[in-house]
Amino acid sequence: MTYEVGGGSMIRAIRERWRQGYRTMAYPEQAPVLSDRYPGRPALDPARCLADCHACSEACPTGAIVADPGLSLDLGRCLFCAACSNACPRGAIEWTGDHRMATRSREALVMKDRELELALSLDVTLHRLFGRSLKLRQVSAGGCNACEADVNVLSTVGWDVGRFGIQIVASPRHADGLLITGPVPENMRLGLEKTWMATPSPKLVIASGACAIAGGPFAGHPEVMGGAAATLPVDLFIPGCPPHPVTILDGLLRLLGRLDSAGRSDSPRG
Amino acid sequence: MSLAELYNGGAVLLAEVPRLDWEELRAAVVGEVAVGGRLAALTGRPEADGIEVLAVLVRPEQGCLAAGRALVGERFASLTPACPQAHWFERELAEQWGVVPEGHPWLKPIRFHRSYRAGRDAWGRSPETPILPGVTDFYRVEGDEIHEVAVGPVHAGVIEPGHFRFSCHGERVLHLEISLGYQHRGVERALVAGPDRRSIHLAETLAGDSTVAHATALCQLLEGLGGCQASPRADVIRAVALELERLANHVGDLGALAGDVGFLPTQSFCGRLRGDILNLTAELCGNRFGRNLVRPGGVAFDLDPERVERMAAKLAAVMRDVRGAVELMFETSSVMGRLEGTGVVSPAQAVEMGLVGVPARACGLDRDVRAELPSGMYRFAQVPVSTWHTGDVFARAWVRWLEVQRSAQFIGDRLAALPKGPIRVDSPPIAAGSLAVSLVESWRGELCHLAITDPAGRFASYKVVDPSFHNWMGLAMALREQQISDFPLCNKSFNLSYCGHDL
Repeated sequence: MTYEVGGGSMIRAIRERWRQGYRTMAYPEQAPVLSDRYPGRPALDPARCLADCHACSEACPTGAIVADPGLSLDLGRCLFCAACSNACPRGAIEWTGDHRMATRSREALVMKDRELELALSLDVTLHRLFGRSLKLRQVSAGGCNACEADVNVLSTVGWDVGRFGIQIVASPRHADGLLITGPVPENMRLGLEKTWMATPSPKLVIASGACAIAGGPFAGHPEVMGGAAATLPVDLFIPGCPPHPVTILDGLLRLLGRLDSAGRSDSPRG
Repeated sequence: MSLAELYNGGAVLLAEVPRLDWEELRAAVVGEVAVGGRLAALTGRPEADGIEVLAVLVRPEQGCLAAGRALVGERFASLTPACPQAHWFERELAEQWGVVPEGHPWLKPIRFHRSYRAGRDAWGRSPETPILPGVTDFYRVEGDEIHEVAVGPVHAGVIEPGHFRFSCHGERVLHLEISLGYQHRGVERALVAGPDRRSIHLAETLAGDSTVAHATALCQLLEGLGGCQASPRADVIRAVALELERLANHVGDLGALAGDVGFLPTQSFCGRLRGDILNLTAELCGNRFGRNLVRPGGVAFDLDPERVERMAAKLAAVMRDVRGAVELMFETSSVMGRLEGTGVVSPAQAVEMGLVGVPARACGLDRDVRAELPSGMYRFAQVPVSTWHTGDVFARAWVRWLEVQRSAQFIGDRLAALPKGPIRVDSPPIAAGSLAVSLVESWRGELCHLAITDPAGRFASYKVVDPSFHNWMGLAMALREQQISDFPLCNKSFNLSYCGHDL
C-alpha cells in the first residue's frame, strides 16, 4: 500500500464514488424489498381456534397473545419470534410480510377481529409545523442497540430520510420531538425526563420498538419502567423487535401525512 | 490444590469444582495469570454462611478453562492489587452482594443498583437513600488550570447512554473516568430460575448488535448442561450468522471511524454496506440482527441451495464495494495521519487489564476464542487470528479490516460446503447441581455465559460477561495524554456495549 499526498487521493475518491453508484432506494414510490423470511404484521384467524386451546399464549415469551376470551394479539408486546404460530396446531396465526404497523394509540396495537388502524396524520396545526421538516432527538433508554442501529440506518444513503425533511439532531434544543428506544430503566428515567423537558413545545414523542412500547423482553423487571409511555405522553407507537427501518419510516411518513392508505408516497419524490 | 478443568461449552458437577480458602483461590488466580491465563469470570452467589466466589480462567495454551471457588465473608483481601484485571469484577461483587474486597484501589459501584442481599451494602448506604446513577466519587486531578468535562448520559449521536468524566489541562486529557449503569435492566436476575420461554429472548437482547453471539453462548451452555450437541449443519449456520454479525459491525465501525475523522466517502459507503450485510442475515432468518435464528439444539431456519447461492452472490457483491470503500480510506494520508499514533494502548497494559477482542489483538495479543477454545463449527474450520502491533486507533481499524476479509472468506467457504443433516435436535433437560461455562468470540471479543444449576435442574445463578466488561477500562487508558477532541475517534475504535455491560 502506498500513501500519497495531494491530487492522487482525490481522484481515487471520485473514482470510488462513481463505482459505488447511486444507492438511495426507490421506496416509497416502489414497495420496499424485504427478505422472503421477514415476518411482518401477524394476522389472526380466531375461527380456526380449538376450544380451550392455549398453545399460543403458553408459548409467548411476553404475554402478547391471548387465546381466551377470543384470540387477540398485542403488537406492542410482540417480539415477532413466531413462538405462537409454531405452537398453534391450526394455523390461526399467520405472518403477512406487511411492514406497516405503526399506530397513534396504544389501544390500536391490540389486534382482535379487526383491521389494524394505522397511524393517522398529525392535526392541522402540528402538520403545518412539522409536515415538511421534522427534527428528532433519539434517546436510548435501555435499548439494546438493535433499535438504535436501525434508526441510524435511516440516515445512510440507502434510506436517506433527509429527502423527507426528517433529521436526527444532536440536541433536544434543536428537536421537534423525541424518538425513544428501550424499556426505560429506572437509571435512565431522569435522563429521559430531562431530555424531554429540554425539548421545546409543541413536541412529539415516538416510542420505537417493543421495549419502548411495553418493556419488551424486560417487561415486569423491577429495574425498568416498562416503556416510554410509563413516563411520557406518546404520539406514535412503532412495533417490532427491533422494528424494520421501513416500519419506522412508514410510521414517520404517516404521522407527517405523506403516505396514502396503500403506503405509497402522496407526492412525486416524497 | 489444583483447579477443576473444563472445556468451552462443557459442564461439570459443581461438587467437582474445588472449594478452596479465599487465600488459596487468590494465589491460584494470580498464578494462572502469571503463566498467560486470563480471568473469564469472577462471580458470587449467596450461601448460608457468606458469598461463594467462583473464578473461571482461560488457559489458552491448553485450550481449556479452569475453575475454583471459595467462600468469603463480609470482607476479604482484594485480588485486584496482585491481579489488576480483577478490578471491575470485584467492584461488581461488592455491588451485587454487599461484600468488601479490602485493599481494592478504587471500589465504586459499576451499575448503581441495590445489593441483591437485603440490608447488605458494601458502602454502608441505608435502604432509604436513593441510589442514583453517576452519583459517586470521581477521580480528581487538582491544580491550576485543571478543568473537568462531563459528557452524557445522553449523547449527541444515536447511541446508548453512559457518563464520561474527563480531567483536562487545556485540550489534553489527563484522565478519563467512565461511569455506566444507565442501561441496567436486571437481565441476570431474570435469568435465574430459568431456562424458560423468555431466556433466549433475554440473551438475544443482552446486546442487540451481538444477538447471534449471545444467543449462541446461551444455547451452547444449555446443550452442555443437557449433554447434547447441535448438528454440524446447525453449527455451520450458527457460524455463518456469527461471522455475518462480525462483518456488519466491523464494516459499520470502519465507516464510523472514517466519519469521525471527517472522511465522508468511506463513511457514506460503509453506512449503506452495513445495512446490506444486515439484509444478508435477514435473508437467513427474516431479521436483520439474527433474532429467532439460534435456538437450543440448533437453529430455527435452514438453508436451501437457491438461498445459499443468492447469499453467496450478494456477499461477493457487497465485499467488492467494501474493499473499495475501505482501501480508499487506508490509502488516504489525511485519514492515516489521524488514525496512527492516536489512543495507544501498550501490550503490557492490555495484558494487565485483561483486554479481549479487537483492542487486545490490536496490541499484538493473539486472543481469540475461535482459535483458543474452539466450539461449534470452529472445531473443524479455523479463522486465522488477525493481529497488529501498534495498539493505536489505526491498529484497531486495521484488525477490523483483516477480520472482515477473513470472515467473508470463511462464510463463502462454509456456504459452499454445507453438511447434510437436521438443523435442530431435541434438547434434553439440563443437569442438576452443575457448572457450565460457554464462551463465544463475538465481533467485540470474548463473551462468557456461566450457569450453576440447582438440584432441580434450574439456573441457581447466571452470569454474563460481555467483552465490554473487560474493555471499558482500556478506552479510559487509551485517552490519557490525548486531545479531548480525539475522544469520539478513540471511543469508536473500541465501540463497546453499554447494555452488554449494564445487563
